[in-house]
Amino acid sequence: MAEFVQFVFSGITVGAIYALVGLGFSIIYNASQVINFAQGEFVMIGGLTTAMLAQGGVPVPIAAAIAIAAAVVAGVALEKLAVEQARDAPVVTLIIITIGASIFLRGLAQIVFDRNYHALAGFSGEAPIHLAGATIVPQTLWVLGTTAALVLALAWFFGRTLLGKAILATSYNPLAAQLAGIGTRSLLLLSFGLSAALGAIGGILIAPISLTSYDVGVLLGLKGFSAAVLGGLGSSLGAVAGGLLLGLIEALGAGYISSSYKDAIAFVIILLVLFFMPRGLLGRRGTERV
Amino acid sequence: MLPRAFEKAAERQLSKRGDTHMMTRHFHRLLTFAGAALVAAAAAVGASAAEPIKIGSFLTVSGPASFLGDPEKKTLELYVERINAAGGVLGRQLQLTVYDTGGDAKQAATFARRLIEEDKVDFLIGGSSTGDTMAAVPIIERAEIPFISLGGASVIVDPVKKWVFKTPHTDRLAVEKVYADMKKRGLSKVGLIAGDGGFDKSCVANASDKALLDRYGVSVVGNESYSSGDKDTTAQLTKLKAAPGIQAILFCGFGVASVIVTKNYHQLGITVPLYHSHGSASKQFITGAGEAAEGARLPAAAVLVAAQLPDSDPQKKVGLAYTKAYDERYHEAVSTFGGHAYDALMLLVDAIKRAGTTDRAKVRDALEGTKNYIGVDGIYDITPSDHDGLNVSSFKMVEVKNGDWKYLY
Repeated sequence: MAEFVQFVFSGITVGAIYALVGLGFSIIYNASQVINFAQGEFVMIGGLTTAMLAQGGVPVPIAAAIAIAAAVVAGVALEKLAVEQARDAPVVTLIIITIGASIFLRGLAQIVFDRNYHALAGFSGEAPIHLAGATIVPQTLWVLGTTAALVLALAWFFGRTLLGKAILATSYNPLAAQLAGIGTRSLLLLSFGLSAALGAIGGILIAPISLTSYDVGVLLGLKGFSAAVLGGLGSSLGAVAGGLLLGLIEALGAGYISSSYKDAIAFVIILLVLFFMPRGLLGRRGTERV
Repeated sequence: MLPRAFEKAAERQLSKRGDTHMMTRHFHRLLTFAGAALVAAAAAVGASAAEPIKIGSFLTVSGPASFLGDPEKKTLELYVERINAAGGVLGRQLQLTVYDTGGDAKQAATFARRLIEEDKVDFLIGGSSTGDTMAAVPIIERAEIPFISLGGASVIVDPVKKWVFKTPHTDRLAVEKVYADMKKRGLSKVGLIAGDGGFDKSCVANASDKALLDRYGVSVVGNESYSSGDKDTTAQLTKLKAAPGIQAILFCGFGVASVIVTKNYHQLGITVPLYHSHGSASKQFITGAGEAAEGARLPAAAVLVAAQLPDSDPQKKVGLAYTKAYDERYHEAVSTFGGHAYDALMLLVDAIKRAGTTDRAKVRDALEGTKNYIGVDGIYDITPSDHDGLNVSSFKMVEVKNGDWKYLY
């Protein structure tokens, strides 16, 4: 039983990061139907910038703030310089542009920083905490707590503020939103910035647990995308649920079946879900009114 | 393009000059010949005097094994510079070409081919990881070019390949050293955790080898693996922790995973001793794992603890000299990986000097005849059947204490 709890903890820890990345995918997809494959790179920018700055002596909170700002700048620049320039192109083209942007950001990170792995000290130290028969590091609590806070904040933002509702409106029907006077283009800018910030925060949270380097974005981006798809692309709650579920499946698969096939198990489950429930678990079962 | 009228006028002028024109042409031809001859002569003379000895290298400078490739690259560059400043080898300068494989074995094969066919190198030093090395070996054997590998697994030199040598201790020697230490401490049940790379698999195979298990009275009670991009191994370690009667854990991997596994080991509060292979013998491991690394033991090349060796140890002098030079230039602690590269370069230079030529076959033979060569990894005695040349006695057992390496024996 204690083993099970241990697996659950490690699963939801990494699952929380997948959730943040997946949220980023969902938000941008909602605003523009584009899958932003540079999302993983935002995570990398957040974690790596903080680690490098902290190594250079900058206090961690300030380093984290600078890192998030850097990611937001990258996200906004991506939107302004790449996506907006090609806004009339088919969605596939835009997706390929984001892939190109992710490669560019990876290369830039190698030049600006270096190619090594870097560690970041845990925010509250490294002393293990015993909980329900399992042991976790304090950083796990930071990850879970911050993710929960962010998800609640986003729920409030999308549900209660005019700006959030405008973004949702754009995702339901862009044309109608424009006709209603919503500036869809500036909302797209906001979505990229928001997703970048979410990714960066995820990167900063996970860096003490799993080290960071210029290429962590690749796999994290892919898994975050899978989480978003699993939960239903476009649904924020789906992204969170998908992320946590993916993390759990990975950890339980590694624990009970085989550690070598951990990734394979996760992706096979995703394939099965997509075969039988193509809209994902919580995806909108939309009906189109004619 | 001159208009037609112009052309005709020019022709008329030229034909008028008849004789002088012919003479000018002859003179021009003479000049050209003389010039060509002069250039050819200069090239011939220049070529043989200044032709550098080309050494090619493919290393894991970036990626999960950057702990290994980065100091290797720095070491090679530092010492090629020093050797060149001191006059080179056989009066010729060394020219180093390094490619970064990122830990991808396919890239290693591609770069090895490029070094041999396009850069036309004379010798190869590289293959930071076993995976990279083994991917390049078929190409190197076909091209018949001497290659000193920096990879760890015994499979690199066992079975012996004609043109492939290596400097690090093999993983088999590492496992032997660990099991010997376990026997000393009265531990007999070990759990293994490893990744999916070539070195990891070879290390696990050696750790499960009946001959070694019987010799040291050890039995394997658990065997877990993770994949190379994994950020978390608590699931695997939880299973090992629960393995019946477990008394020690041996981590058979290297690079960034050494930090992750050690941190997870500490997080789970596992009390049985943790052993690493020499794949974790870098300060980066201690810096990354922090307090979680305390008490971890591993077999390492002498250079890691050169200052702590007894004065009677023949390796102390070489190890200290390398440590000083590396620290002066790069302001970072030495790792055994840089040491592997140092030994490889020095062995190669020594072989070239003894062969008196850069003929590949002769240098290969000279390498094979290396006897009692004191390097930073150990004392090399290379034979036709042992292309590594090291034994267990030159391996030192070290422990992490107070954030640094402590020499045990």
